[in-house]
Amino acid sequence: MSPNLKVVFVGHVDHGKSTLIGRILVETRSLPPGKIEGLRRACAAKGQTFEYAFVLDALSEEQEQNITIDTTQIQFRSAGRDYVIIDAPGHQEFLKNMITGAASADAAIVVIAADEGAREQSRRHGQLLRLLGIRQIIVAVNKMDLAAFSEERFRQIEMEYAAFLREVGLAARAFIPLSAGNGENVTTSDGRAMPWFAGPSLLSTLDQLEVATSPAELPLRFPIQDVFRMDKRRIFAGRVESGTIRIGDLLVFSPHNKTARVATIERWPGQGAEYASAGESIGITLSDHVFVERGHIASHETDAPAESNRVQAKVFWMGQDPLLVSGRYRLKLVTQDVECQVVGVTNVIDAATLDSASVERSELRTNEVGDVTLQTRVPLVFDNHDSVPSLGRFVLADGEHLLGGGIISGAIYTTRQPIKSENIFWNESAITAERRAAQNGHRGAVVWLTGLSGAGKSTIAAALEKELFQRAMHTYVLDGDNLRHGLNSNLGFSPEDRAENIRRVGEVAKLMADAGTVVITSFISPYRADRQLARESALKAGVEFVEVFVDAPLAVCEERDSKGLYQKARAGLLKGFTGIDAPYEPPEDPEIVVHTHQQAPQESVGQILEDLLPRLRLN
Amino acid sequence: MIGNSSHLDALENHSVFILREANHAFKNMAMPWSMGKDSNVLLWLALKAFFGQIPFPLLHIDTTYEFPEMLEFRDWAVAQYGIRLIVKINTEARAGGIGYETHDPVTVTHELKTVALKQALAEHGWDALITGIRRDEDATRAKERYFSPRNADSEWNYKNQPPQFWGQFVTGNAPGEHVRVQPLLDWTEVDIWRYIQREKIPIPNLYFAREGKRFRSLGCHPITHPVVSNAATVEEIIAELEGTRTSERAGRAQDHHEPYAMQKLRAKGFM
Repeated sequence: MSPNLKVVFVGHVDHGKSTLIGRILVETRSLPPGKIEGLRRACAAKGQTFEYAFVLDALSEEQEQNITIDTTQIQFRSAGRDYVIIDAPGHQEFLKNMITGAASADAAIVVIAADEGAREQSRRHGQLLRLLGIRQIIVAVNKMDLAAFSEERFRQIEMEYAAFLREVGLAARAFIPLSAGNGENVTTSDGRAMPWFAGPSLLSTLDQLEVATSPAELPLRFPIQDVFRMDKRRIFAGRVESGTIRIGDLLVFSPHNKTARVATIERWPGQGAEYASAGESIGITLSDHVFVERGHIASHETDAPAESNRVQAKVFWMGQDPLLVSGRYRLKLVTQDVECQVVGVTNVIDAATLDSASVERSELRTNEVGDVTLQTRVPLVFDNHDSVPSLGRFVLADGEHLLGGGIISGAIYTTRQPIKSENIFWNESAITAERRAAQNGHRGAVVWLTGLSGAGKSTIAAALEKELFQRAMHTYVLDGDNLRHGLNSNLGFSPEDRAENIRRVGEVAKLMADAGTVVITSFISPYRADRQLARESALKAGVEFVEVFVDAPLAVCEERDSKGLYQKARAGLLKGFTGIDAPYEPPEDPEIVVHTHQQAPQESVGQILEDLLPRLRLN
Repeated sequence: MIGNSSHLDALENHSVFILREANHAFKNMAMPWSMGKDSNVLLWLALKAFFGQIPFPLLHIDTTYEFPEMLEFRDWAVAQYGIRLIVKINTEARAGGIGYETHDPVTVTHELKTVALKQALAEHGWDALITGIRRDEDATRAKERYFSPRNADSEWNYKNQPPQFWGQFVTGNAPGEHVRVQPLLDWTEVDIWRYIQREKIPIPNLYFAREGKRFRSLGCHPITHPVVSNAATVEEIIAELEGTRTSERAGRAQDHHEPYAMQKLRAKGFM
């Protein structure tokens, strides 16, 4: 017998979710005999018309208010298999119920009323489905009877909502025009009301979806849930979140990198198989004495999870009070339970339009979704949600109040190398670049930005620095502001002084990179020969040198002219200005080129990160 | 079987996960045990979760209207599994003359089960109770969550329940409050029977047909009625259930005494 398919019904309030569920329950004969008759009699006694929605609203308060107030789970069976229906309320204030219901679903049905079309909650729910990792989506365009069963209206809603889903990174399995009130295309499709629709009914489409399987093929993640001392043995109990664990496997426990071999796999009443796969709640004993406790995550040595004090995540917030920058919360990720502080909030999504603005915010309000950077008190063990979902999501709580959830995704974290010896930081040998890198979790490098004034070097340098910093990496920007006034204060703007200026920049950058920092230099540095000198100096010291050509046509830079320098140069007030009366020599073979007149700064930074982060990883 | 666990495996693994989370979160916890089929499945899952040594006591609320077969089974199981058992009777109510002979079933059930449970909670100061309720038993249980906080009067605020997702639960409680932990929420009646069959879990004989009748659900003997059935083995019961659409609790009188009876009982602390 295969597991039930859990399907969540979401959508804007009054678009007919409860009616649709009631109709399915009645038509699949999933209710006890007499239930429908009883409801019909109760309605008649109160002078009400019977509605299919009443089937679900079992609690008296709901019938009186005529709204669904909490997540409801109910089972039904088609000819194909067993289902669990999760009804998630559409009211905005019940977002927490929608999340509770939808988080465990295999598939979702988004109900959109044909007369009203997609509304705010239709879009918000769509976006939350993406966040919760639900990929199997069916859109039920309900109340087609109120739109005169019009194909044109259906196609219009289909086109608009499909475009929206694409934007948030989803695709629907099917759009189905139906009427829950009348019964068209719910469990049967006779084509009488909508002869133009050739597809199968909602129920037949559901029968084609798949139950989410436990990810046995992913890397092993075995979070320790508890330790039981029995007789003289210590049993480490937990649920295998992903991968497979076998007797004899060498495990590494994060954080702290303790290693030990699996001696036995424990079950009751018998021990059972010599391995356990994703989804299994088991216990293990170890062949070596190591200190392991709840919150530690076991993995194989070759494929360990990431570990950092800082994470970036897309967070949805359900708390009544806003999430505050510099506020402290409890972060729970599998069995880890750590204190964290909010470092920053940005890219908050506008609930009505679903546009996100990349401005810094001081808070994330109730029902908002945004990018949040968190600093944890002790190292957090995690994966990107895209690679190992269960280790890439967490909840935020204040005391015992669960207030929000987060998905760690999109970010590229430097891979962590298991530390072979626990004494590595204490031995007496020389401190090498490798050892600095091992301690920092990444290598140092010089990222050399070059380009015309106004091409966007400063903007990119600042944004890049922030991205690296948020990944808990050591980074620093060198620019005219912090070098001209101190180290280079004796230099003017003669050709000789300019060359010397760049030489000093190159030397300082090399030293800082050798010390383990990712140095970003932001200078016009117009001459190939000067840049070549900086490159050679870095390479001689074994430091990675990444030349980034920040490219924009002179006309564009002159148009931008944020500091008014081009105007002065054209007026002859500024002599030897690069691009006007001094040459700029573009790099011949730079590591990275970004075209700032064709892409937004964030895109340029993303492009640089993609190339740069792999270069910073440990060997 | 890698990556392709069965429906029962998935239910079992999730229930064990919940039991372990509860045991870690609550230091003073008990598990009510009625010796009924669901209760015995819960006991079996607890034995699995804790490798045969359950770290908390079981609680039997003895209404004094128990079937003798159930008490016999209780004593056998206590010895068999090495269970720490606490038995609680609302002696005040019985001494005050409350009983099925003189009172309606809702009143008696409330006094001998719900009030007795509250008395035991007060005596032992438990911060959590593990219960064997299932969503499919009753419409109001469809809205239950795995961890469900109850106030000092054991009341359930079903209109404002905490969110619960990704295996993260509300695990704390204010003084006087307790949390109901409900590991069997996702199981159906037929799941319970299939699991009893697969694991060969011992259950009382009353569930099996004798002279054309058997008990489908067990409560106090004056208000629990057998159903017509010839199912004398677990296999026959499963076959019978697959062909029926009658509600499991149809033979339990307190559910049908008045409209919304179950909702009212449960809001006041009934399990």
